[in-house]
Amino acid sequence: MTPEWARILLPLPVVLPLFAAGLTLALARRPRAQRTISVSALSIVVAAAVTMLVLTDRGSGTYSVDVGGWPSRLGIPLVADRLSTLMLVVSSIVTLAVLVYSLAQGVADGEEGTPVSIYHPTYLVLSAGVSNAFLSGDLFNLYVGFEILLAASYILLTLGGTKARVRAGTTYVVVSLLSSMVFLSAIALIYMATGTVNMAELSVRLAEIDPDVRLVLHLLLLVGFGIKAAVFPLSAWLPDSYPTAPAPVTAVFAGLLTKVGVYAIIRTETLLFPGGEANTLLLWVSLATMVVGILGAVAQSDIKRLLSFTLVSHIGYMVFGIALGSAAGLSGAVFYVAHHITVQTTLFLVTGLVERHSGSTSLDALGSLAKKAPLLAILFFVPAMNLAGIPPFSGFLGKLGLLQAGVDDGSWLAYVLVAGGVVTSLLTLYAIAKVWNRAFWQEPQTEDHSGIGGLATATEVGTRTPVGMVAPTAALVVVGVAITFIAGPLFGISDRAAQDLRNRTPYTSTVLHDRVPEVNR
Amino acid sequence: MSPNVTLIVISGVLVACGVALLLERTLTRVLMGVILLGNGINILFLVASGRPGLAPFVKNGDPEDLSDPLPQAMVLTAIVITLGMVAFILALAYRSWQIDGHDEVQDDVEDRRIVRRAELDETSASYDDDTTETHDEDEEARP
Repeated sequence: MTPEWARILLPLPVVLPLFAAGLTLALARRPRAQRTISVSALSIVVAAAVTMLVLTDRGSGTYSVDVGGWPSRLGIPLVADRLSTLMLVVSSIVTLAVLVYSLAQGVADGEEGTPVSIYHPTYLVLSAGVSNAFLSGDLFNLYVGFEILLAASYILLTLGGTKARVRAGTTYVVVSLLSSMVFLSAIALIYMATGTVNMAELSVRLAEIDPDVRLVLHLLLLVGFGIKAAVFPLSAWLPDSYPTAPAPVTAVFAGLLTKVGVYAIIRTETLLFPGGEANTLLLWVSLATMVVGILGAVAQSDIKRLLSFTLVSHIGYMVFGIALGSAAGLSGAVFYVAHHITVQTTLFLVTGLVERHSGSTSLDALGSLAKKAPLLAILFFVPAMNLAGIPPFSGFLGKLGLLQAGVDDGSWLAYVLVAGGVVTSLLTLYAIAKVWNRAFWQEPQTEDHSGIGGLATATEVGTRTPVGMVAPTAALVVVGVAITFIAGPLFGISDRAAQDLRNRTPYTSTVLHDRVPEVNR
Repeated sequence: MSPNVTLIVISGVLVACGVALLLERTLTRVLMGVILLGNGINILFLVASGRPGLAPFVKNGDPEDLSDPLPQAMVLTAIVITLGMVAFILALAYRSWQIDGHDEVQDDVEDRRIVRRAELDETSASYDDDTTETHDEDEEARP
């Protein structure tokens, strides 16, 4: 039975950052107060998220709150189940670490004419939007959550309004707007077809409508979420827009924003359209995402762009797990999301450190970093091997789980995907090894690296790296390694989350029937 | 529920015009496209609300005579969000005009680099440098 006080926790990850955002905006002239408020707000969110994860996993499973006290089915429910709280825990830890990093870097302190006061409120709003998307039990509220986080991301991406950022921001904004429009029209059509946007009710009513109409609605949602998650034919915007932003902003975008799209796809495939009509399509799409993404990464000569391509490629693994539709596949996908958020964010943060140390992220300009900055080399090496999936790191465990689920599935297409997954993993190792060799191991090549519009670097060469930047990066590296040690319990949670997702009754019965608590396990 | 054909046609026309404008290169036209597209989809919500009726909440009539308030609430939210986004794109277009003197969306940096390399017949930037010397000779041989 969920204790009464737990109900208060549920809206907290959304309300608290929003409230803090308002407060930091009002205190725009006092940077120190702003810092204290945002760090403490996000710390409380981390604590709340961890508590909720323990409650949902150990206690009653799923529980929900109707916001504003509207009776069930009229109001907007916020729902916490194992999947959403796990996502919330990982995302809030990453958000907090990146905030501490950016404070030390001074992105928030007006580097290159950035409007100082805007950074904190926008960052907090972004965090609120991500939480809202994870917790929402209502399709329209999910849209609002997406818009909150997107609006914040537009501002963070174009921070300072330099030429490169405005150019990159334009593409990003237009593509994101288009995906929102697709999602919005899907909501309008779903309301027309079923008369509700409550996700629990939709899971019942969508099963009753004409299969052809259902397929159209299904595909519309998948296209909308696919753009946000950067799934292959819809992913071209990502490697273009992410690398130009300030390092911490890229890090948090890479970790979180695409994963919100993946989360939405998981909900679509399990709760709303459990029939698996799109599974074959999704399998092909995930294969293309993995292979095309990683081939793009191999061809890059800038670390930030290379990492952006690996990000696209590894989204393919998660979609693979979802498309299998089995409990093992879903569990693998959930585990992989948790692993990938941490590792990808860490790698972008380390790249930010490299940029600060050497003044560039171009592989042509870097070299001998392992000798010049051994700590930096270690910080890069561990998450890089983790991403490539070298045992004993969590990347290996996550990929193993997914590949096993693929083999269990047994169809020829699943075997093709398994082969594709192995090849992608090897190519990731190749791309990462290239970065390691050229940036950390070899002597720098003193060729000209003044290619057209080489990514702008604002920091001076040789500035001392503040401890405040290294510490959160190191902390995330440790979290990434720690996932290996807690892999057992984590797979336990993701297995139970996958069971809940496939059963669907924990979710629907909680939201619809006055939240009758589940029997204790 | 029988849908209102006029509204559907209007919505379709607006969305079509919006998409056509969205494909333009100039950001101001893209902005117009976003406005039209947004309005077209908002009208889709009016279709979703079904037969028009009495104002809900204000009138205490038979529920059958009231119009459905939910799509109206949703469309209001959508209008506000679209307004905010339009304001942001306008700011972007203005900033782009301030910096470059035009507001055309430019090509990806990488695309431009690849085009330039193709014109010069160079190797890729990620190509390993074992063959640097012959590569340089090639460069010199060309006028």
